[in-house]
Amino acid sequence: MKVIAALGRLWLVPVVLVAWEVVTRAAEQPFFPPPSAVLARMYEMWFSGPPSRLLLTDGALADLGPSLARLFSGWLLTAVVGVAAGIAIGCSPRLSDYVNPLIQFGRAVPPPLLVPFFLALLKLGTPAQLATIVFGVIWPILLNTVDGARTVDRQHLETARIFGFSSVQRLWRVVLPSALPKIFAGLRLALSLALILMVIAEIFAGTDGIGYRLLYTQRSYLYPDMWGCIVLLGVLGYLLNSAFLLVERRVLAWHRGARRTT
Amino acid sequence: MLTITDLVHSYGPHRVLGGVSLSVAEGELVSVVGPSGCGKSTLLRSVAGLLKPSGGRIMLAGRPVERTPDDLAIVFQDYSRSLFPWMSAANNVALPLRRKGLDRRRRREAAMSALDQVGLADAGAKYPWEMSGGMQQRVSIARALAYRPSLLLMDEPFGSVDAQTREDLEDLVLNVCAHHGMTILLITHDIDESVYVGDRVVVLTRSPAVVAADLETRLGRSRDQIATRQLDAFVRLRAEVGRLVRGGHTTEPTSVLEKQ
Ligand SMILES: Nc1ncnc2c1ncn2[C@@H]1O[C@H](COP(=O)(O)OP(=O)(O)O)[C@@H](O)[C@H]1O
Ligand SMILES: [Mg+2]
Repeated sequence: MKVIAALGRLWLVPVVLVAWEVVTRAAEQPFFPPPSAVLARMYEMWFSGPPSRLLLTDGALADLGPSLARLFSGWLLTAVVGVAAGIAIGCSPRLSDYVNPLIQFGRAVPPPLLVPFFLALLKLGTPAQLATIVFGVIWPILLNTVDGARTVDRQHLETARIFGFSSVQRLWRVVLPSALPKIFAGLRLALSLALILMVIAEIFAGTDGIGYRLLYTQRSYLYPDMWGCIVLLGVLGYLLNSAFLLVERRVLAWHRGARRTT
Repeated sequence: MLTITDLVHSYGPHRVLGGVSLSVAEGELVSVVGPSGCGKSTLLRSVAGLLKPSGGRIMLAGRPVERTPDDLAIVFQDYSRSLFPWMSAANNVALPLRRKGLDRRRRREAAMSALDQVGLADAGAKYPWEMSGGMQQRVSIARALAYRPSLLLMDEPFGSVDAQTREDLEDLVLNVCAHHGMTILLITHDIDESVYVGDRVVVLTRSPAVVAADLETRLGRSRDQIATRQLDAFVRLRAEVGRLVRGGHTTEPTSVLEKQ
């Protein structure tokens, strides 16, 4: 039943695709190739490989591999740093007072503007790209973690105090789980931001990856290829978000249960 | 073991405790009864070191209470926020036992036996949000019992359990006090209960609360839900506590303010 209901809600997708196909064929604009041509190019470029490699071509590995590596390493690195810093700041009002102006300033700076700066400071390629991703993605993680660590139920902290929890226990068993729902909200937002910043970093400071391929195809007037890159990025974003939700649902099962009953 | 002298506390301009003095001897079970809002929870939180009172002195085992004392457990009044929702009942009970140096298996055993004592032998794997309020309260009691503190503070611990379970838990507390040498300070607004479980009943006035009476129950340690409640001594004491809680004066001046 669930599957049927989900499929029922998807009817708009083919309708839009067909409409797009009809309009682009009638218009005959080279800049707007019909979706069938785009899909054909995507198949040729990326998905006509051998079954042993899940149909992925060398091109797919060359484009997706570096991009995904950047995306995940940047995101995970930021998650570790952001959560650790966020918990520390959230638990200490004094530290929070000190760093709050810095955080407010830092998060107001649009991360793409910093690409030239990182390029000047670091090497072209991975270091500058990672720096761009980390700097852009850390704010939602940091701010959500601070908020989560700050709003731990007072009685939970008192329970930890009464039963003499060590600081490690208090952090690991009380503060972190309390903050986890907010942390996950931050991580999810950060994941979609990381995708955007990955593309930006590859366009401005890259020599490979989907972002670089996008720039290259656009400069070479390969419009179906360029559209293929855009569609691929959209699908990638959708898949990442779905996978994340799946994990979140498992890890935060207690939270959904608790919210349902109160 | 516990001596409270002239305890005063105000929330802002609002004076809640107006000089409470009482003492609890080692191994004693003292029930504190008073009208709702009179400052019972405030009193308990001061003893637990969770709140710094505006004035007065609290001595525990010969030392002033400044921070939360070791070897003390509490059953909070608000059971819905007392357990960690991200842990099963068994883990909630077992977690504090790490401090006691028990290994994983022993912690688990102690948790299971405490849950069994409160009648929740089968609920160890359940999460707090899968349980009724009364069950959560019992898990919270089990957690305190498994911890084996020398001083146990209970803030209206049987508030939301059904009558039958309540009687079982009252007997359990009496039993634990007798056999594990725990000292217990139990807060309640239920007059009948205060007399049934207490070695002594301390009656507080409306806030700013002071001790209106400190009565020995003299009912002996082995009590029975039905027989004890039929005793003349029980009936008379219950009536007297009832009058005191309603703000009246005692009819038996001899037993009033009979501090130990
Ligand atoms: N944190 C607080 N801030 C301000 N007022 C409080 C606070 N806690 C309790 N009070 C007030 O103090 C009075 C006594 O509270 P409490 O000790 O919880 O009473 P009891 O447990 O006897 O019902 C109540 O009027 C309550 O509203
Ligand atoms: Mg209270």
